[in-house]
Amino acid sequence: MKNENLYNYLLGIADNSLVLGQRMGELCGHGPSLETDIACTNISLDLFGQVRSYFQYAAKIAGDNRTEDDIAMLRKEREYKNVLLVEQPNTNFAYTIGRQFLFDVYHLAFLAELQKSTDLTLSAIANKCIKEVSYHERFSSDWVKRLGDGTKESNQKMQDAINDLWTYTDELFHQTDADKAMVAEGIGVDVTILKENYYKQVNNLLEEATLEVPESKWFQKGGKEGIHTEHLGYLLSDLQYMQRTYPNMEW
Amino acid sequence: MSEEQIKNLEKQFDERIARDEKIEPKDWMPEKYRKTHIRQMSQHAHSEIVGMLPEGNWITRAPSLRRKVALLAKVQDEAGHGLYLYSATETLGVSRDELYEQLHTGKAKYSSIFNYPTVTWADMGAIGWLVDGAAIINQVPLCNTSYGPYARAMIRVCKEESFHQRQGYEIMIKLANGTPEQKEMAQDALNRWWWPSLMMLGPTDDVSVHTEQSMKWKLKRKSNDDLRQQFIDQTVPQADLIGLTIPDPDLKWNDERGSYDFGDIDWDEFWQVVKGHGPCNKERMKARVGAWEEGEWVRDAAMAHAEKKKERNQKQAV
Repeated sequence: MKNENLYNYLLGIADNSLVLGQRMGELCGHGPSLETDIACTNISLDLFGQVRSYFQYAAKIAGDNRTEDDIAMLRKEREYKNVLLVEQPNTNFAYTIGRQFLFDVYHLAFLAELQKSTDLTLSAIANKCIKEVSYHERFSSDWVKRLGDGTKESNQKMQDAINDLWTYTDELFHQTDADKAMVAEGIGVDVTILKENYYKQVNNLLEEATLEVPESKWFQKGGKEGIHTEHLGYLLSDLQYMQRTYPNMEW
Repeated sequence: MSEEQIKNLEKQFDERIARDEKIEPKDWMPEKYRKTHIRQMSQHAHSEIVGMLPEGNWITRAPSLRRKVALLAKVQDEAGHGLYLYSATETLGVSRDELYEQLHTGKAKYSSIFNYPTVTWADMGAIGWLVDGAAIINQVPLCNTSYGPYARAMIRVCKEESFHQRQGYEIMIKLANGTPEQKEMAQDALNRWWWPSLMMLGPTDDVSVHTEQSMKWKLKRKSNDDLRQQFIDQTVPQADLIGLTIPDPDLKWNDERGSYDFGDIDWDEFWQVVKGHGPCNKERMKARVGAWEEGEWVRDAAMAHAEKKKERNQKQAV
């Protein structure tokens, strides 16, 4: 492939939206209220829309007759590049919100930088996505505040979720080789420069939500290199079921 | 109020409806009118919400990104219809929580069709094509119903439903024109959803209760049997067009009537499902009640936060 670094870079971005979209889609019809149900489905819908833009572009770069669906659904576990954070399960609504919040703050800052990409397609996609993601960030931040400040029970649940998910936050700022190459070309975003502000923003909000900022400095990574938690395999078996069972068909 | 006065009001009320005037929430209305509307509108809202489950079942497994996005959007529309219809029902002086309570305790019904399982992807096509198709036939006349909030809700709902119906049929076209395996999947879905879809139009006229009063209030404009005939006449050519066979050996065009004759509907099955013993009645209720109970701490937290925020704001103002 002529432009392998860009291709891999796109997968890295898109897989986050793909896997998180899949997780949010699981909740459809099962939300704690009709309004939150609609909001979660809406976030899922936005993320899959973004996925399509990225993978259509990736398919064009690959130039080997693969479609957006082949790229989304026909890779093996180790070829998915999403961060570990987004594949974590919907243990309860606090985990769903915590995962969304910890990702959204990053996602929004990332897209703001991606808009400046010298690759015009990428910058156009970022420009479209950022409007959606700023809504996601507002939604998840508001809910962290509600659950943190709400009742003793909700505060405890939200705190547990943040404590458990915290270990996956540092990976957001880890650079792969494709990332570095793309940063050097002015196409990609240097995620390392987003880190300080990310934690500042997250910590402020947690404090506002009367939650404690976890002190743990032990972090997990590996997703960007395709080494995932055990949760991803099950998510992929759902995602890939139709394409694997009925190969080479149109739907 | 004297009996005489009430009679007078009822007379004026009936005349307004006969003149095609809309009844609005603050207008006087007979208690029976209010109750009947609460029942029918909430049943409709519940159907939208429970109806999210069989289709939600395929969101994570949709075969392509395009189909996944369309399915998500469709199920989201249904949630939106539910929200809209609950709000319209609340204008009659009942709260959404009370309506949920009725659903969760089995006091209120929802459309029985959603008690059938969605076992293959083709069911997403069949539901859109047949179930939404039947729903539209039921609902289009309601755009002119007498109760204003319901009529206005139905105008919006019907627009979206007709889009869903086309979307479902398009899934079926694709499958019917696909590989033999895909075509078989489509035929199998049609076989399973055809009869329950006919049942959706309600019991036959001779056993249907409420019809006469509902006709007067424009809650119903055509009889169940007429609606069913309309649905069959409209759907059979669509099946023919894509080479699928309606699973009814007695189905035959009747030149004289200008309609299709069709075989006997298994009403025992219908009543079995209505009475709670269909293939998925228990699962659907378990999912709804489960979501509600598991969500209680979230709703409590939102309320508590809102209260605290209000207090803080008041303190600040002082």
